[in-house]
Amino acid sequence: MADTILEVRHLMKQFDDLMVLKDINLTVHEGEVIVIVGPSGCGKSTFLRCINALEDIQGGEIRLNGELVSKESKNLAVIRQKIGMVFQSYELFPHLNVLDNITLAPVKVQKRPKEEVREEALALLSRVGLSDKAESFPRQLSGGQKQRVAIVRALCMKPEILLFDEVTAALDPEMVREVLDVILRLADQGKTMLIVTHEMQFARAVADRVIFLEDGVIKEEGKPEQFFDAPQTERAKEFLKTFTFERKHKE
Amino acid sequence: MPDLGLEVLFKGKNFARLLEGLGVALRISLISVVISIVAGIGVGMLMTWKNPISRAITRCYLEIVRIMPQMVLLFIVFFGTTRVFGWNLSGEISAVIVFSFWGTAEMGDLVRGALISIPQHQYESAYALGLTGIQTYQYVVLPQTVRRLIPLSINLITRMIKTTSLILMIGVVEVLKVAQQIIEANRMSSPNAAFGLYLTVFLLYFLACWPFSLLARYLEKRWR
Repeated sequence: MADTILEVRHLMKQFDDLMVLKDINLTVHEGEVIVIVGPSGCGKSTFLRCINALEDIQGGEIRLNGELVSKESKNLAVIRQKIGMVFQSYELFPHLNVLDNITLAPVKVQKRPKEEVREEALALLSRVGLSDKAESFPRQLSGGQKQRVAIVRALCMKPEILLFDEVTAALDPEMVREVLDVILRLADQGKTMLIVTHEMQFARAVADRVIFLEDGVIKEEGKPEQFFDAPQTERAKEFLKTFTFERKHKE
Repeated sequence: MPDLGLEVLFKGKNFARLLEGLGVALRISLISVVISIVAGIGVGMLMTWKNPISRAITRCYLEIVRIMPQMVLLFIVFFGTTRVFGWNLSGEISAVIVFSFWGTAEMGDLVRGALISIPQHQYESAYALGLTGIQTYQYVVLPQTVRRLIPLSINLITRMIKTTSLILMIGVVEVLKVAQQIIEANRMSSPNAAFGLYLTVFLLYFLACWPFSLLARYLEKRWR
């Protein structure tokens, strides 16, 4: 078995009176791609945000390579460098061009030489088909292009794990593909990833393991074939049914 | 063509005196602007704090400045403090105090607006890249804030320059006062000088403010 990268134990998260995550346990091994699915409001996004300590947690612990990830950690900024995150709304920095968006953190945070980072950024951009956009500003890009830049920006930090928070949810349907293809290729390269998505076909293709989250608990967990073809729990069956369509009164 | 009384402008050092008056007005407004920008950034950051006390204080301050006519503030500082505290403030100092008091509040409100217009997600994506709080401000939040702020604060600068026309009321000899003095001195020889001189003053104000407006428009376009 590959080494454990991320370990989540008894995670609890509460917003005021609302318990969003109740006792979540998860172990992520190196090179593993885990897809988290579930109805909206089940806490998937909150779970990802907790892993990056963007939310404070009320119980349990999260460890990355044995190091505690918490809002209180003194070296939180250092730990976060090892966790790449891509958001639904891209969140590129609008005042910087594509290249500067990508190189900002490696140069200023990791103190790597500017030339080296620049070359790496250009190489990564060409891998996602955007070499001609290096000097463009985010406002000049389409949603799909912005999201690919956001992925490159996260990759350029050489993170040990990547978190994708519904990265295609804000995109026009015809742009979803170009972004998902990039993620599929990352999976082929053996990147460790946690992906929250509503794209079930994609989930099935990319996942090593699927996690079904509902009401703040992991209701079901398994290989994608098993989860999608033969879900064990009633709730997972119902949930998957919402993605298939049929007409009852066809003449 | 009616006699506009423009010939008075070229009598003696009249035109130079007008420019000198404009210089006084510009000096007072620019000193006040610099103070307002520096202090306003601090006040603006205070305004974004969730602390109810700092909120209440800055809120009151802003309301007072908005509601009080600048003229009344000038009178309080110039005449009022002399009797009550025995201070002997010059007209120019009083003007700088009032204009800075006013400008700081308005600038603070602009800074507050610019700061809260940066979405929470911008902070989060910076944190997620491993930037510290200070780095996030330095590389992500402040550059965006300044871009939003500069066109707005230039607006405030032109308003300040224009409002210096009030300070003749506390005895500061600025451009409008000089014009009045010239008109008074020539009311027998050139009774029409009022029109020509006030027109000149109008143009001088215009020339002083217009470059700022152009700059604001240029920056707004450049930074979208």
